[in-house]
Amino acid sequence: MNYKMITEKEISTVENPIKEAVIIIKDLCKSFSGNHVLNGFNMKLYKGENLVVMGKSGSGKSVMIKCLVGLMHPDSGSVEIMGKEIEDLSHEELDELRSDIGFLFQGSALYDSMTVRENLEFPLRRHRDRMQDGETTKELVLEALKNVGLEHTIDLMPAELSGGMQRRVALARTLILKPKIILYDEPTSGLDPITAKEIIELMRSIQKVYKTSSLIITHDVDCARVIADRMILLVDGINYAEGSFSELDNSNDPKIEAFFKK
Amino acid sequence: MASRFPIVNNTTSFLIEIGELSRFTGRFFKEVFKAPFEFKELLHQCYNVGNRSLVLVGVTGFILGLVLTMQTRPTLVEFGAVSWMPRMVSVSIVRELGPMITALICAGRIASGIGAELGSMRVTEQIDAMEVSGTNPFKYLVVTRIVATTLMLPLLVLMGDAIALYGSALIEYFRGEVSFQLYFTKAFDSLEFGDFIPPTIKSFFFGFAIGLVGCFKGYYCKKGTVGVGVAANTAVVFTSMLLFVFDFIAVFITDIFYEL
Repeated sequence: MNYKMITEKEISTVENPIKEAVIIIKDLCKSFSGNHVLNGFNMKLYKGENLVVMGKSGSGKSVMIKCLVGLMHPDSGSVEIMGKEIEDLSHEELDELRSDIGFLFQGSALYDSMTVRENLEFPLRRHRDRMQDGETTKELVLEALKNVGLEHTIDLMPAELSGGMQRRVALARTLILKPKIILYDEPTSGLDPITAKEIIELMRSIQKVYKTSSLIITHDVDCARVIADRMILLVDGINYAEGSFSELDNSNDPKIEAFFKK
Repeated sequence: MASRFPIVNNTTSFLIEIGELSRFTGRFFKEVFKAPFEFKELLHQCYNVGNRSLVLVGVTGFILGLVLTMQTRPTLVEFGAVSWMPRMVSVSIVRELGPMITALICAGRIASGIGAELGSMRVTEQIDAMEVSGTNPFKYLVVTRIVATTLMLPLLVLMGDAIALYGSALIEYFRGEVSFQLYFTKAFDSLEFGDFIPPTIKSFFFGFAIGLVGCFKGYYCKKGTVGVGVAANTAVVFTSMLLFVFDFIAVFITDIFYEL
């Protein structure tokens, strides 16, 4: 077996001495009314890589990703992003750090009272400093929409878009601040296989163009196959196994096989 | 820990909710004076709260004036005091009925609307999306709405009062053959400037309560789409209760001043 089995207390990841870790999670624990969702989860995301975290529904994937951006507070453990400990940051410092992190929500989370243009302009209201000299809001919005192939939807309302288009607009909104890290929460859930494939291709091309590091939370094996440089299986709140897609796919461990069973 | 007595559990939940509402109010006062200020969104919300409530408040006020006059007229006629009609109507509308009815109407329209809107934004992760984009959703969504309702409600009350008096004058014109000029002269003769101050101050508090409870219920909405309905519903119920409490306190304080 080539993959690495992870024990509860072991710090995550196959150590990579060359690459710099942009996210480090250590012993992350989170419970809700006595229900332990995360039981000491460990993870490192290296610069420029696509890391897929897989787990069945309710395994704590979304909770973990929300702890990463400070939307939830862990019971214990530490989350370090680009050398900064999340729990130690003031609100202003956290906002500043968040501008370097893009977050694609599971349901797109477009502001439904705003047009596509206003949705994309929204993150720029507080982060005009991210705009380079001579750049206008309009240019940035158009560029982001062009990258996802939806320039023609600029004046439409989110309700007028299909699910796949909404996901692409949400991705454009994520890209507008040119983040260094993108967190994808179930990027293909609720989409038909063709649209899901388009989104996956888009994620790959974005990674090439923007040179981002990506953390992808999913239970879609096809998505993981295409996009993962490295994978972590989240089972019972801990990182159960780690390795490349093929390493995990060839595993004989019943818990791992359950994810990859054709 | 849950008790086996429902009354204990209900009281505990109620007190927890009061505590959370107090914390929410504290956060509002902390954020309202802190830059950056969302003026554009505030104007948008003022338009939503004020302009879009005009018709409802106008129609309600007009009917209130009509009904109050029609119901009171026979009694005043019986006692030969029908000439007191403008005074009675103007004092009751300006001091109590106008602010209270307008506030209750707005609680139904605005508090439930805010509760449902923010609730649906919460369950579809739009509020989380604002937060991770570095925008303070509390300031953008909550502060603007509470300030807008606080500023707009006194204006709506004044407009509602004026239309209610017009409705009353209309009945007097047709039933009692009292001219509009005479009606309004008598109505305003019986009112002093001081009569407008307590209800206007009261209206600011009513507006604040409507915005606060609507935002509180929506912002902390839980349990998916069911939660949105619950947020909208409880926003109206809780706001209406709070309006009566505020009204009692306002009347109590006003009485002390009148006695002095």
